[in-house]
Amino acid sequence: MVPALKLVVQRVALGLLLLFLVSVLIFAGTQILPGDVAQSILGQSATPEALANLRAELGLNEPAVTRYLDWLFGALQGDLGTALTNGASISESLGRRLGNTMFLAFWAAVVAVPLAIFLGLLAVRYRDRWPDKLISGVTLASISIPEFLIGYVLMYFVGVKLGLAPSVAMINDTMSLGQKLHAIALPVAVLTLVVLAHMMRMTRAAILNVMQSAYIETAELKGLSMFTIIWRHAFPNSIAPIVNVVMLNLAYLVVGVVVVEVVFTYPGMGQYLVDHVSKRDVPVVQACGLVFAAVYIGLNMIADIVSILSNPRLRHPK
Amino acid sequence: MTKNIPIAAAIGLFFTALYFLMAILAPWIAPYGMAEVVGGVWEPPSAEHLIGTDNIGRDLLTRMIYGGRTTIFIATAATVLSFTTGSVLGFLAAVMGGWVDQVMSRFVDLLMSIPSLIFALVVLSVMPVTVPVLIVVMGLLDSTRVYRLARAVAVDINVMDYVEAAKLRGEGRIWIIFREILPNALSPLVAEMGLRFIFMVLFVSTLSFLGLGVQPPAADWGGIVKENKDGIVYGIGAALWPAVAIATLAISVNLVADWVLNRTTSLKGGRG
Repeated sequence: MVPALKLVVQRVALGLLLLFLVSVLIFAGTQILPGDVAQSILGQSATPEALANLRAELGLNEPAVTRYLDWLFGALQGDLGTALTNGASISESLGRRLGNTMFLAFWAAVVAVPLAIFLGLLAVRYRDRWPDKLISGVTLASISIPEFLIGYVLMYFVGVKLGLAPSVAMINDTMSLGQKLHAIALPVAVLTLVVLAHMMRMTRAAILNVMQSAYIETAELKGLSMFTIIWRHAFPNSIAPIVNVVMLNLAYLVVGVVVVEVVFTYPGMGQYLVDHVSKRDVPVVQACGLVFAAVYIGLNMIADIVSILSNPRLRHPK
Repeated sequence: MTKNIPIAAAIGLFFTALYFLMAILAPWIAPYGMAEVVGGVWEPPSAEHLIGTDNIGRDLLTRMIYGGRTTIFIATAATVLSFTTGSVLGFLAAVMGGWVDQVMSRFVDLLMSIPSLIFALVVLSVMPVTVPVLIVVMGLLDSTRVYRLARAVAVDINVMDYVEAAKLRGEGRIWIIFREILPNALSPLVAEMGLRFIFMVLFVSTLSFLGLGVQPPAADWGGIVKENKDGIVYGIGAALWPAVAIATLAISVNLVADWVLNRTTSLKGGRG
């Protein structure tokens, strides 16, 4: 068998194993921790009868392993149970919100990825001169401010003072694509800023790393221009690390989305999760945690697979 | 040594020290009481209220100073917890090797495969949200990163001749970890500490902003944003002050950490 294929199969298997263990961890984190789940949902003043009822409803009287297996098989069949707070099916509400979140993350990625790669190339081209310094200065600043504050700063200056974009990102199915894009302009800008810095820095580092190879020196001695060297020689050889960076940042995007959605009251997964954490609605939190973890693990897995496939030594064994 | 501090690091040190002093001396320098209502809602800056008042008429500067105290205290405590747990376990894994190392490292891999914010939210949905719980949850989640660094550094040191010599003269594991490995692993760990501290500040602010961190009436930077965010749409910038505070603190700590990192790498003969 081709070594690359074998590695890919191994990596997929590892991803699935990881996902399984994460589901155990999430379940354990909410069920086996010290303290009574029913008590913490109802608060200290709950009557013993109410506690007993809730325990029965949550199935807390059965052993943890049984409950876990029930939950897991349900989740595999797309049934994530019902929310404690309003009795609605979690899968249904989650599905709609997941779509919205993906819509937001998708557009953020569409803007951020090409921009980051372009700016990374630019920083390498003008290394140690002002464009490079400017870019790394802005990067440092945007890493130092939490996402939600970037959100409010943009909302204040762009949304309210200049009135260029709506400061609340409500979308619904009746809106056209253009209207939707206008509504999510600010959240997309925030997410872009958040991942751009990191992605750009790592693109820059990846290309600089390649730039130290002997064949770059050869190209330089041949008299090629700096941009041609970067574009024709350095860039193709740094695709694997760059794809890796992009994937890691997309994974990060999925998490950043949680906070940004709350800031702009966007009807997505993140807001759903945060709302139900404060309501102590454990089944919803578990389900959201599982979905977020699955997306995160999935993207990391794709990153690894791409870097395996982009290595010609593994693709064409001797 | 003191005379060749680069200018960037000096600025960083100055602001970092300033923030920590403000945190420690908060009750003495704050102009009003922490939860004292002293004016109208969202008053603009004036002589009595240097940066205005907040959503229920408390002095914003006072809130910011007390908020800094809470935020810095929680972040510091969580960083200390994360470093002690992470580095002790990391060193232990490196020294013991074998299945102990395998089990701990794979478990850390597992923890790191879930984003910390998501995991923290999952845990906080069943735990009471109090300051000690926050510190423990944040510290333990973050110790996975310290563990990885500490283990990587310690694995290198563990094969050095002087460690071999200590083993041969019959020193125990405790001695090896604290007297041989720790002093030599300190500098990369200290540089990392700055970054972890910033991460903790951002983490606790984010949790408080989401309403799952420090609970009112206690002030903290994330909470101040949450309390004043409704003013934004009316063009009132009270919620933006924490942004200024967090950004300056984070950048200063970053500058100091960079300097420490440069100094320590140049000590090792200038290896990048």
